[in-house]
Amino acid sequence: MPSNDQTDATRDELIQLITPNGERRSNAAYDPWVADVDGAALQALYEDMVVIRRIDAEATALQRQGELALWPPLLGQEAAQIGSGRALREDDFVFSSYRENGVAYCRGVDLTDLLRVWRGNASSGWDPYAINMATPQVIIGAQTLHATGYAMGILTDGADSVAVTYFGDGATSQGDVNEAMVFAASYQAPVIFFCQNNQWAISEPVRLQAHVPIARRAPGFGIPSVRVDGNDVLACLAVTREALDRARTGGGPTFIEAVTYRMGPHTTADDPTRYRDANELEDWAAKDPIARLAGLLDSEGLLPAEVSDAVKATADEVAARLREGCISMPEPAALDVFKHVYSEPNSWLERQQDHYEQYLTSFGSSEEGGR
Amino acid sequence: MSTMTFGRAINAGLRRAMDNDPKVVLMGEDIGKLGGVFRITDGLQKDFGPHRVLDTPLAESGIMGTAVGLAYRGYRPVVEIQFDGFIYPAFDQIVCQVAKLHYRTKGAVKVPLTIRVPFGGGIGSPEHHSESPEAYFTHTSGLRVVSVSNPQDAYVMIQQAIASDDPVLYFEPKRRYHVKGEVDESVDLSSTSMNDARVVTEGSDVTLVTYGPLVPTARDAAIAASDDGISIEVIDLRSLAPIDFGTVEKSVRKTGRLVITHEAAQSGGLGAEIAASITERCFYHLEHAPVRVTGFDIPYPYSKVEFHHLPDLDRILDGVDRALGRPNSLSPHNGLEG
Repeated sequence: MPSNDQTDATRDELIQLITPNGERRSNAAYDPWVADVDGAALQALYEDMVVIRRIDAEATALQRQGELALWPPLLGQEAAQIGSGRALREDDFVFSSYRENGVAYCRGVDLTDLLRVWRGNASSGWDPYAINMATPQVIIGAQTLHATGYAMGILTDGADSVAVTYFGDGATSQGDVNEAMVFAASYQAPVIFFCQNNQWAISEPVRLQAHVPIARRAPGFGIPSVRVDGNDVLACLAVTREALDRARTGGGPTFIEAVTYRMGPHTTADDPTRYRDANELEDWAAKDPIARLAGLLDSEGLLPAEVSDAVKATADEVAARLREGCISMPEPAALDVFKHVYSEPNSWLERQQDHYEQYLTSFGSSEEGGR
Repeated sequence: MSTMTFGRAINAGLRRAMDNDPKVVLMGEDIGKLGGVFRITDGLQKDFGPHRVLDTPLAESGIMGTAVGLAYRGYRPVVEIQFDGFIYPAFDQIVCQVAKLHYRTKGAVKVPLTIRVPFGGGIGSPEHHSESPEAYFTHTSGLRVVSVSNPQDAYVMIQQAIASDDPVLYFEPKRRYHVKGEVDESVDLSSTSMNDARVVTEGSDVTLVTYGPLVPTARDAAIAASDDGISIEVIDLRSLAPIDFGTVEKSVRKTGRLVITHEAAQSGGLGAEIAASITERCFYHLEHAPVRVTGFDIPYPYSKVEFHHLPDLDRILDGVDRALGRPNSLSPHNGLEG
């Protein structure tokens, strides 16, 4: 159990319930948090991870084919995102960065909405209140403050929901993340800081951000922390459930460091061969989050061919829907650029819009003129 | 009607807004027990409790970012930035989040934040306590920016800013906090708009545009000029983004001459925007190029020389003389050259 009194040694311990070889490892502290996870539940987690890896591969392909301008792959981080995402309640609220497409999937995002930003059709894909998840934050670490403020609101409301914020190892160097921890501790806000330490911030290795395990920072703010094997979906589920329970029962914030690996590039515009060793990728491939759960399922007879085939068919079907949603997305209209800057009329903008409308009309129809 | 100081008028406006809407929460450094370093929130934590009036850690980005989170949750936060020069750590959250969230989410997320900023000089303070950063924010789409010049406006406009579903920066001229004025607390908030400029004194020879701390100075200049037979129309902009150019345009069409004065530095400032916009709108009515009387393009200076930097009555009248083509500091053979 993490607490403020924990030693560096216990804080550095990596919570793991499934080994890279797919063996179930017992852990007295965390087994109770996943005691209800039966074979069917494990199979569901497996399907989630396979599906989001398939979504990720399809989106990467759509970018390569010119249908998306950019895509930030999550390859390798499926367990961290599904394990934590599936722990949440509907009335919890997520504030994430741009790589948490797996978490968005858990929140029930419409597949096409995942792509709107990356196709250049919108600045965000969905209504945050429809799935209780803010749209991806691009400014590194800024969302951790939003989550903390939201959690302060939960406290004032007397509710027992939780704000959960996702960010990477690079973000932990940002002032906003550190300020968020100060505020969260001061007000004992029900917020979870879920850090996916994927070892790389574009080309910068984690050792440039931190010389000690990142999880060690939180206790300095008075926030209990835990390090979890981020490629172990069951362990991620367990530590997130524990943190949620603490937050719901007045225990305040928790910091989770999920140690994982970004197997792909930072985005489709990045070239990791310029800065990292191929051997490193091989080492992490041996700890693949999907392969290890498959190993566990297989050893328990829970992954016969008909199950794995069905999962693969579901993933293919999801990918086809994703592709269809992408290529049939309606183009935005020219005058959409002026919409929603303000919620109340603004004389400056109205004048510019009137002028631009006139300008477009001078070519014929305003819609054609805008293209 | 009651007589109260500028600072007290803001306090009364905040109190009324909090009475009317339980979602209004105040956040800032030292605003609770102390009532703020200028005592603007005096007594509010005692009356509304620590959940409505939050003393925050000393981190401006943290204050702004958590205020955004509270807005997500349906709250209407009013943030106090202790001094103008302390707003910059929050700049990223203001520009990238507060200003853009409504646009980013196609209107799904409203950010009805009010950001109170005591601003401007003339109080003999050290560096970072006397700045006029308004143009950074008027240049940022998605924000509304207002500045108040008298207790009545202070009382009304703080409530209008809080009621607005858009984020509003509310600039308070700190050197006028102790000025007293009549405040009608029974006024109907919907009878006026914070977007509208106000003609302070009518005149026919020159239009003098200003806002915030220089409004009383401009009014004094108009009185002094009338002794020389010059009739100045003083306009208090009140809203700096958007600016009510209609009111300014109407005045300049009448006077043909425009002088703009503000404490902020000249280059790239609001004076430039007003001069350009009014020139576009009424070029053929102008008898003279618009004239700017502003702070210099310098970091805010140390207090013993700050009066050189701040436009005062004489510098404003010199600008009026320039607009009228009367002898002035820039005239040939004025004795100031060489």
